[in-house]
Amino acid sequence: MTAEVTTVVVQRGYWELMVRRLLRDRAALVALCFIVLVTIFAIIAPAFEAWTGHSPIEQYRETGMSPMGLPVAPNREFIFGTDHLGRDVLVRLAYGARVSLIVGVLAAVCAAVVGVTIGTTAGFFGGRVDTVLSRFMDLVMSVPFLLCALALVSVFGPSIELSVGVIVFFSWTTMGRVIRGQVISLRQMEFVEASRSLGAGPLSIMFVDILPNLSVPIIVYTTMMIPGSIVFEATLSFLGMGIVPPAPSWGGMLADAANNSLYLVAWWLVFIPGMALLLTTLAFNILGDGIRDALDPKGMSSRRRRKRP
Amino acid sequence: MIRYLARRLAFGVGVLLTLSVFVFFLFFIAPGDPARMIAGDKATETQLVQIRTNLGLDRPIAEQYVRFLTRAVQGDLGFSYRNQQPVAKIIVSRLPATISLVIGGVIVWLAVGIPVGIMSARNAGGVRDRLGQGFILVGLSFPTFVLGMTSLYVFYFLPRQAGFSLLPGGGFKPFLPNPADWAWHMILPWTTLALTNAAVYARLTRGQMLEVMGEDYVRTARAKGLSERTVVYKHGMRATLTPLASQLGADVAALLGGAIVIEQVYGLNGVGALAVQAVANLDRPIIIGVVLLGGLFIVVANIIVDIAYLLLDPRVR
Repeated sequence: MTAEVTTVVVQRGYWELMVRRLLRDRAALVALCFIVLVTIFAIIAPAFEAWTGHSPIEQYRETGMSPMGLPVAPNREFIFGTDHLGRDVLVRLAYGARVSLIVGVLAAVCAAVVGVTIGTTAGFFGGRVDTVLSRFMDLVMSVPFLLCALALVSVFGPSIELSVGVIVFFSWTTMGRVIRGQVISLRQMEFVEASRSLGAGPLSIMFVDILPNLSVPIIVYTTMMIPGSIVFEATLSFLGMGIVPPAPSWGGMLADAANNSLYLVAWWLVFIPGMALLLTTLAFNILGDGIRDALDPKGMSSRRRRKRP
Repeated sequence: MIRYLARRLAFGVGVLLTLSVFVFFLFFIAPGDPARMIAGDKATETQLVQIRTNLGLDRPIAEQYVRFLTRAVQGDLGFSYRNQQPVAKIIVSRLPATISLVIGGVIVWLAVGIPVGIMSARNAGGVRDRLGQGFILVGLSFPTFVLGMTSLYVFYFLPRQAGFSLLPGGGFKPFLPNPADWAWHMILPWTTLALTNAAVYARLTRGQMLEVMGEDYVRTARAKGLSERTVVYKHGMRATLTPLASQLGADVAALLGGAIVIEQVYGLNGVGALAVQAVANLDRPIIIGVVLLGGLFIVVANIIVDIAYLLLDPRVR
């Protein structure tokens, strides 16, 4: 019975160690808590709607606008004030959080799947397959992506699906390159050789032997792609090419604020969605750094570097 | 070396061709009749047919594409649907603002990013490193348009409310009659464009520098008794900066995108603002022209970077 021994040596799994290291990283922990809070905020958006009695798209021209037709500053009825049409900023912020999180996470995960698939194929098969796929990655990387997104939106009209598609298409290449490099070095390992000599086919080797060894870069790079996707979506919405108004999104709220420089007389219109966007991307970036340090302790974490002269 | 450059050049041409096929066919399959967009709603069927024949829209798609391409190579990108002016002329008139923004932005981000990275790496673990790391994280997370609007609020609106004027509230002033005024109007756009990339370069420089300073040849240089200054700036810098050159090539792709947003925020009448207007107006020839120009910009920048790389890193030669 281990419980009776005074000095217990516990065998800890790889993932358990990672979680313990992550929990010791105070910045990452705060970031994680913030992300959880934003997620809850997004999930309970209808509760804010019920509590304030304001729908995210209804215009409260009587109570939500000054006699001059200007937005109302934060007050007891509108905690975060109202926008240029007299809509409640708090309720719109909550519904906008849904858009940012869903698009950010979904696009990052899809981009990861595409990047891993293409990267693994290129690295594993090598030769001509690798040349073609690598050139394709180079091609995607040297395309003016926001301009192409503009062209696509002008043809198909803005929509959330198109936003996700555009973000995925222009962000999977980083993952693809990293994975390709990893697979090329893994391919020559003895355990792959062993598998092959036991009669395993290429698909089996890829899934059983190689993929599990890629879990660290996959998790790290997927986390790090989320803030990029969130900003990309907000940028598209800001330029009027993302979420279709009047549906709320953080980028769209900032675009409304920028219209006619309205935010100069109504600071909350840029401060509130801007802070929400900044803090969310900051939290994901800090968490990404934390996960990288926790998963890859022999890697280049800032903590270890300190010991160098 | 020449073979290497030729290969890069061929790849650049390939990128441009792919882009041209992409935009051309994208607009070909798009709904909406270009002839009607030009002629307006009141046009008769005969007028529409006339326009289609004039523009060659009744020809097969492949023929249209070849015609479009041969003209594009000669600098003829067709006419705007809105005001019938040549697309090339409209774009050229918008270039000064964008070029000012982009070149100044690159200079600012290199001038901020690299020193911050070096400072961070040389004091690894110390207070200055923490500051550098904080700068990197915040810079990476700040969406350009949020930063732009915040800067305008703080540096233009608040001082103006307090009764004095600090920085202008946007707009583009041409360089020639008054360069000082031009720079004065560009300060905020430059810093806004530069911040995110300054953070990326600070992070890269920091990582590279730490790696390089652990190399044997740096130890040897130290052992020879060279001053720390010479070791860092003469021996360490070259190996630190070489990978940054290839990163610079990749970042140029994102640069025009960043320029679009900044031109919107600061009311600069550049190419990016033109693209946004063209999308709003469904002015296809302009969109095609701007996308191709963006591609050309990236290809040329990448070739310049390749040449710089050849000069910096003798192993590639």
